[in-house]
Amino acid sequence: MPFDEKKLKELKDICKDLRKSILKMTHASASGHPGGSLSAVELLTVLYFAVMNYDPKNPNWSERDRLVISKGHSTPLAYSILAKAGYFKGDDLLTFRQLGSPYQGHTDRLKVPGIEVSTGSLGHGTPNAVGMALGCRLDKLKNRIYLLQSDGELQEGSTWEAIMSASHYRLGNLTAILDRNRIQLDGWTEETMTLEPINKRYEAFGWHVQEVDGHDLDQIYDAIIKTQSIGLKENKPCVIIAHTIKGKGISFMEDNVKWHGVAPNDEELKKALQELG
Amino acid sequence: MGTTMTQSKEMIATRVAYGKTLLELGKENPNVVVLDADLSGSTQTKFFAKEFPDRFFNMGIAEQNMIGVAAGLATTGKIPFASSFAMFACGRAWEFVRNSVCHNQLNVKICATHAGLTVGEDGASHQIVEDIAIMRAIPHMTVIVPADATEAKLATKAIAEFHGPVYMRLGRSNVPVLFDEKEYEFKIGKAHVIKPGIDVSIFAYGVMVSRALWAQELLQAEGISAEVINVSTIKPLDIDTILESIHRTGCAVTCEEHNIHGGLGDAIASVLTENHSIPMKRIGVMDQFGQSGKSDELLIHYGLTKEKIAEAAREVIRRKNMS
Repeated sequence: MPFDEKKLKELKDICKDLRKSILKMTHASASGHPGGSLSAVELLTVLYFAVMNYDPKNPNWSERDRLVISKGHSTPLAYSILAKAGYFKGDDLLTFRQLGSPYQGHTDRLKVPGIEVSTGSLGHGTPNAVGMALGCRLDKLKNRIYLLQSDGELQEGSTWEAIMSASHYRLGNLTAILDRNRIQLDGWTEETMTLEPINKRYEAFGWHVQEVDGHDLDQIYDAIIKTQSIGLKENKPCVIIAHTIKGKGISFMEDNVKWHGVAPNDEELKKALQELG
Repeated sequence: MGTTMTQSKEMIATRVAYGKTLLELGKENPNVVVLDADLSGSTQTKFFAKEFPDRFFNMGIAEQNMIGVAAGLATTGKIPFASSFAMFACGRAWEFVRNSVCHNQLNVKICATHAGLTVGEDGASHQIVEDIAIMRAIPHMTVIVPADATEAKLATKAIAEFHGPVYMRLGRSNVPVLFDEKEYEFKIGKAHVIKPGIDVSIFAYGVMVSRALWAQELLQAEGISAEVINVSTIKPLDIDTILESIHRTGCAVTCEEHNIHGGLGDAIASVLTENHSIPMKRIGVMDQFGQSGKSDELLIHYGLTKEKIAEAAREVIRRKNMS
């Protein structure tokens, strides 16, 4: 077990705070994407509070690890975790999606420090991460490029173009984490457009593949650490298929397609916050 | 002004000058990196690729990824030059140019060759006549079209120095060398009066600049003094130079190897309608796809000739004199 009891409690508390923030932000704007933010809470918590090297006071520090959030609609999570990591105070997070707010519906790197690249249009983040990995390698940096992918965006051809190029260029400094929550806007991914077998598809494209329970902090951490050594030893890009539950943590949101892009109303927010305790 | 013109009879494609200059840039600036999509022989990035294999990335036939990767490289401080045929770099990858590059305001140079009808024999599928329209519609994009090899060389160097997204349109076919490298000054956003005149302003870019100059000679023989302006930066448009010329001449003709919709003609027309009531005529591809043929034959077939430009000039002068 990589985390001792104290660290595990600290991380779990962070996850709970993030879930509350996600619910409050989407409630306040009466729009946004709670489901795919809730599914990736543990994934980003491990990255920001146990794995990545970064300096929130110097967001452009050249040797930092970089995270590309390719599922750019997961902004409630992204902004909440950047605030918690110390990039900004975040006391204005409830202006999310309002006119003039820095907290745009989809990520904007020019408005929010810590956002490496503006995404939102699916299928862009993986190419962007490949470019970052190439650039950092040219500069002989020892950092790592992390990439949070959505499962739905595996339907975008550009994602596979980028996956192909990552193994061609032997990008051992790239770790992708796939938020496999199995739901996209219109319904189950497998009913909308079959993605499986995802692991075999990645393997066939020359990637190292691991699968984890995407809500188990220890498993996530172990898998990420493993990619650091495997990536460098085998010069292979690595993917962690994180099996998650869309809407995780809120009983009425879990595995329910409705909560991909709908915000909770007053009553639903109250109920959800009560569940989190 | 006339001194910037060369007497040379040389013919060089703008893509050739681009390829040579890219190699020079590679030597001067270690941050310059180049991407291509399986067309490095045609786009002329092959020279850079041979000299700097570590800084050249062939992305295969995958233009969306090429532009997205270029954006990622730019976030690390590199200056990516991404090349393919204009049809694919602009057309296929448009949404990547828009979202990955321009929305992020990243320092990516999209230098696309084989634009327009003068691709020639490859035909309509490869002859993009919409690129200027779709590139200039994107916020933060700078759009440049060199008229000859001299300008292509100077523009390539200028865009490497400039921070921000750039689309540079280059051609496949040989075009006359118009400008004397020692005299000609290229500045992003600056239109050049290359032949002064008083009766009509003729605005052109790319391959049509030489046609505009030929039309000027035709008109001169008739006693008409045409001013020829090379608008090599389509965006941001040099409104001051354009209006200054039109104020003097009182009428305008635009010519471009591009669809009549969305190009320089439309850009200048919108400036004029917002400010003035001045006779104007646009020469361009009349909302048609191209076809196979030799590049010069195609320009004639689609009416992109000195005769058509001169005819348009006579017409706007007539309208000016009637009003």
